[in-house]
Amino acid sequence: MLKHFGPAFRMTLFLTILTGLIYPVVITGICQVLFKDKADGSLILRDGRVIGSQLIGQSFTRARYFQPRPSAAGNDGYDATASQGSNVGPTSLKLFERVKTAAEQFRKENPQFRGAIPADALAASGSGLDPEISMANAEAQSARVAAARRIAVDQVRALVTRNIEKRRFGFLGEPRVNVLELNLALDRQWPVR
Amino acid sequence: MTPNGMLLIAVYFAVVLMLAKPIGVHMAKVFEGRRTLLHPIFRPLEVLTYKLTGVDETAEQRWTHYTFALIAFSAFSFLFVYFLQRLQGLSPFNPQEFAATNVPPDLAFNTAVSFVTNTNWQAYSGESTLSYFVQMMALTVQNFASAAVGIAVAIALVRGFARQQVTTIGNFWVDLTRAVLYILLPISIVAALFFCSQGVLQNFHAYTHVTTLEGATQIIPQGPVASQEAIKMLGTNGGGFFGANSAHPFENPTPLTNLVQIVLIFLIPAGLTYTFGVMVGDRRQGWVIFSACSVMFLAGVLVCYGAEQKGNPVLSKLGIETAATPGQPGGNMEGKETRFGIAASALFATVTTDASCGAVNGMHDSFTPLGGLVPLFNIQTGEVIFGGTGAGLYGILLYAILAVFIAGLMVGRTPEYIGKKIGQKEVKMAMIALLSTAFSILVFSAISSIVSFPSPGKGATGQPVARSYWNPPGPAAANVANSGAHGFSEILYAYTSGAGNNGSAFGGINVNTPWYNLTIGLAMLIGRFLFLIPLLAAAGSLAAKKRTPTSAGTLPTHGPMFVGLLVGTVLLVGALTFFPALALGPIVEQFLMNQGKLFSFLLFPILGV
Repeated sequence: MLKHFGPAFRMTLFLTILTGLIYPVVITGICQVLFKDKADGSLILRDGRVIGSQLIGQSFTRARYFQPRPSAAGNDGYDATASQGSNVGPTSLKLFERVKTAAEQFRKENPQFRGAIPADALAASGSGLDPEISMANAEAQSARVAAARRIAVDQVRALVTRNIEKRRFGFLGEPRVNVLELNLALDRQWPVR
Repeated sequence: MTPNGMLLIAVYFAVVLMLAKPIGVHMAKVFEGRRTLLHPIFRPLEVLTYKLTGVDETAEQRWTHYTFALIAFSAFSFLFVYFLQRLQGLSPFNPQEFAATNVPPDLAFNTAVSFVTNTNWQAYSGESTLSYFVQMMALTVQNFASAAVGIAVAIALVRGFARQQVTTIGNFWVDLTRAVLYILLPISIVAALFFCSQGVLQNFHAYTHVTTLEGATQIIPQGPVASQEAIKMLGTNGGGFFGANSAHPFENPTPLTNLVQIVLIFLIPAGLTYTFGVMVGDRRQGWVIFSACSVMFLAGVLVCYGAEQKGNPVLSKLGIETAATPGQPGGNMEGKETRFGIAASALFATVTTDASCGAVNGMHDSFTPLGGLVPLFNIQTGEVIFGGTGAGLYGILLYAILAVFIAGLMVGRTPEYIGKKIGQKEVKMAMIALLSTAFSILVFSAISSIVSFPSPGKGATGQPVARSYWNPPGPAAANVANSGAHGFSEILYAYTSGAGNNGSAFGGINVNTPWYNLTIGLAMLIGRFLFLIPLLAAAGSLAAKKRTPTSAGTLPTHGPMFVGLLVGTVLLVGALTFFPALALGPIVEQFLMNQGKLFSFLLFPILGV
């Protein structure tokens, strides 16, 4: 047994340097050259200021903006240093009451909307940082956003349609809309004075 | 279930099927010491490795020395990971200035065991706990090392079948080195670059402070994620850079990266079934294993997907769309990401628990009871449905030994597998491996369900009682986040995941207390070492045996009948062992959910007051 300690120590040290230092540093070097924006977090600038990341959802509460999914990250949601889901199970009263309250609020905030509420609008995401909502969710909020901005709902719908991310290769993933990018596009097209 | 979702599953399976042969042939070449396309680049590095570490490439080891070497390596790996965490306050690459206080001894112990055993259970949340230095030098390294150890053990067991009348089963250091240099590292480099090109982070910056569109402050984490992500999936490790793991958009930003991630999980395990066929000289034997795994995988994913797409009947009466429509995925979206929807989340959950990966792209705790039963049962089979890197193959070979033994008993013939007579020793070793894992899952779950810690206050003579170190006062079961049957599922899942070296979780339970850190750590050690050491012993005894030619009396193990026999053995052993526990958790919860029964809060008697 003892005769294996030497190789064991040296092998651990060797692999630590090879796979723990050289490998990630070399990958970082290549990525920083080839994919700088992506490697640094797909950050979005407006007027020279970073206002978020394309991939990280942020909280929106004002009526004139599309709103993201419920988030369990941190105390108030969308805390990017505390990514997590709600972890409530299917027979939890907590889940039932949260969804019930959220459904009532959704209908109150979107009085023009009738019909069943899209599941993603009431269900907390896995990461708590989901940057996207479903097409149906965006459609359900369009009338409210249009009203808050005093523009025609068809104009908002057209903008949503332009921002739809389709299924990759026609079958991968779900069609969806990036909330931050959509809201930025809204502000660009109909600046708030 | 939508046509689109079924197409995804079909395409995924087709990709795995197509890749199994080329990667399997490559691995057979590597471990038989033949030249591969990668030799011009990596052979010099291999020679350098042996020179620096003092390993004699040509020396062969008996199973005992192979095992000693493995244990010594795992012990040093544990020490490295433990002390790197405890000293992280001194480390470079630490822009967030995480300190040793972020990782107290019990957490550092748990994490070190977890990464050394290829479990990658996370009692911590990476983005608020560990420096980039620790993520790289401790965790990324073990993602490579523990996966390579698994591959080495599988190859050693395969040699037990392939060789005859010899005393040795290979050289641990050589197998370890080759697994890293010719398999894990090259594929990880390609995968890491691909992930980064899709939006996975790769930098050493401090976290970015931004002011959002509505004027709030948001802190966006950074770090060398892509390099860790690649090996995390390829090595079936599963320990995420972030708390939310592969649900986090910085780890798994698009449906395409998601597909690549689950392909990486099955890549080596599926390939190893082919490697097995090549090395024992009968490729049909490899395809039999592949087919048995495929049957169980497909059955699992259909059950899981069906349950998740059906959704939660309790919520549907609140006016929520639970059916899939062109504009939204419907189903049970709690804990799932918009970009993945239902199908890709159910597929990921099935694959990650078939293998010993444990990465998650949706929160299993919020799955429907039946949807969550599939991951739980997958792990409880011993993760042999393709399984972990290496661990899957040596696990399913264990079941093959049992299958020929059971079949041999039924028809009254001497059990044989790949021309080797399966004797008392092999069956005993297989049973030790199987029972020790089951034992640690069931016994630890039972203890944590009933154990209670004294509450602070006055003792019998009025002196103040010290606060319980091990866990907050009261029942350990109070650490769960959900009450009723689901709470028990959380405890059962935690020990199942630990002993199975999976690492996924029903994440609501608070496991970052000394009690859970220690007991889950022990479960991980038992599940790893009391599983692979008996199998190495079996490898040693098999290698010494003569390969007998097949005769009319041999039970054929290369056809559909043996596929059925193998699947039957896995399901039977799993069901008999775990059905009572599953009945108390997900099974009863499924009935309760359909009745609309809800659970409000914990009603535990406070003991010891």
